[in-house]
Amino acid sequence: MAELRDLYQDIILEHSKRPRNYRTLESANHKAEGFNPLCGDHFTVYVEIGDGQIRDISFQGSGCAISKASASMMTQAVKGKRTEEAEELFQKFHHVVTGKNGTESHELGKLEAFAGVSEYPVRVKCATLAWHALRAALQGEQQAVSTE
Amino acid sequence: MTTAANTALRSQAATQPDFDVQKVRADFPILSRTIQGKPLVYLDNAATTQKPQAVIDALIRYYTAENANIHRGVHTLSELATESYEQARADVQRFLNAGDTREIIFVRGATEGINLVAQTWGRSNVRSGDEIVISAMEHHSNIVPWQIICEQQGANLRIAPVNDAGELLFDEFEKLLGPKTKLVAIAHVSNALGTVNPVRNIVQAAHQWKARVLIDGAQAVPHMHVDVRALDCDFYVFSGHKVYAPTGIGILYGKTELLEAMPPYQGGGDMISSVTFEKTLYNRLPYKFEAGTPHVSGAIGLGAALGYINSVGIERIARHEKEVLAYGTKRLLEIPGLRLIGTAKEKEGILSFVLEGIHPHDVGTILDQEGIAIRTGHHCAQPLMERFGVPATARASLALYNTVEEMDALANGLEKVREVFA
Repeated sequence: MAELRDLYQDIILEHSKRPRNYRTLESANHKAEGFNPLCGDHFTVYVEIGDGQIRDISFQGSGCAISKASASMMTQAVKGKRTEEAEELFQKFHHVVTGKNGTESHELGKLEAFAGVSEYPVRVKCATLAWHALRAALQGEQQAVSTE
Repeated sequence: MTTAANTALRSQAATQPDFDVQKVRADFPILSRTIQGKPLVYLDNAATTQKPQAVIDALIRYYTAENANIHRGVHTLSELATESYEQARADVQRFLNAGDTREIIFVRGATEGINLVAQTWGRSNVRSGDEIVISAMEHHSNIVPWQIICEQQGANLRIAPVNDAGELLFDEFEKLLGPKTKLVAIAHVSNALGTVNPVRNIVQAAHQWKARVLIDGAQAVPHMHVDVRALDCDFYVFSGHKVYAPTGIGILYGKTELLEAMPPYQGGGDMISSVTFEKTLYNRLPYKFEAGTPHVSGAIGLGAALGYINSVGIERIARHEKEVLAYGTKRLLEIPGLRLIGTAKEKEGILSFVLEGIHPHDVGTILDQEGIAIRTGHHCAQPLMERFGVPATARASLALYNTVEEMDALANGLEKVREVFA
């Protein structure tokens, strides 16, 4: 089970059971849905942006442990960041979960916990679903984004 | 349940005198491989089955000694290939107890068979205001082709509901039938629940209204004796790869008089008897529906697969799978927080379930680490998932080579899943 714990790290399990910022956001001026039609994972990400900064962020929806924990930890990681910083963090996160060179997982802070996902290619979509939704929200896209 | 009771059940399951599951397993080379260092426990048979050596050998033999195009060569190899291809058609005809080989059309799979009927029979027979009746437990392949034809023709799709056990509500189904009903399209066995539908009664009820009936037999043919004449269905489809044959080959059975009256599906070679730029005459059945070079090796592989099933005996297979299903059902229900989706009285070897608080996707990943292959997701039956209020399920599905020990492995694997998420 050693390899499995690389994927299901304690912090991931903990966030999947008790997701942070798990609510709708009254003050949101951007929101977007992320949908994975293959497994039915479905999240809505709410963002309040002011002066190019993510002032507040929340999410709601349902999905597997990886997708839910990723959404939860994403909201913590990007709150207070400038939108371009959030985009840059997504790039780094994406590199790490897909096992691409160029980003060291420790650059991600707590999000480093998702490095194990790179050993499970079919779960990359789970880890990045909320991030795709965040990007869509930041870009003001009204359409739900799909991982397919 | 106590360990002693489980052991008793297990030995009961192992006592069928004329079925040796270990001997059967030895016929499937892939079953001896390991996954993540553990013996493969393959429980994704409703998605696709593994192939016995007899099928693999048939493909090798064909490509080693017989490969040629069919129906058009005067040379020896072409004659050999044509003979093997047509022999496979005769094997299918006997397997389904169809009246004539002309009623057996080779297609890519059940999906193509359904689309063929929708686009040929449907276009000539379904008119504005007509109705097509399906059930709430259909695979997307038995929903979408009918939605397309209904949209094209201005017809309406009606959905027969299911109860909480996943059984068709027959009274409700009958109420949907009427003079507008042109066709009933229904699964013989549900891929997501395992429910066996009362297809003989469905055919009788539909025929009273002169409606035609298509049965999607993809999940039935591997598990039970199917007799299309006894069923009196108008169309029956199944996929080769779910019945131990290669992918890319499947069967559409249709009654001769219906197939004769239907326009062709695709145009091309082999489906014509003569072509001029002024007028083309179509070939006779079954070739009218087999445009282009068909999947010759696939058909031969399908013939070999049905031969393999016959050599084991479909009744023995059915009995064995029922025993493994009964044992597996008991073992799964011992797991706290496990909810079975699909508890029909008449059921084939499918265990669809959800674990409280744990997403099926996570269940699938953790079981894979144990060498156990199951399917997770909506099983191409999203409306059905909605009916049961779940986005997805985990599904273990059985074949003739599965054992009660593998049901123990599954149950133990699920205990591990619960440990990870404890």
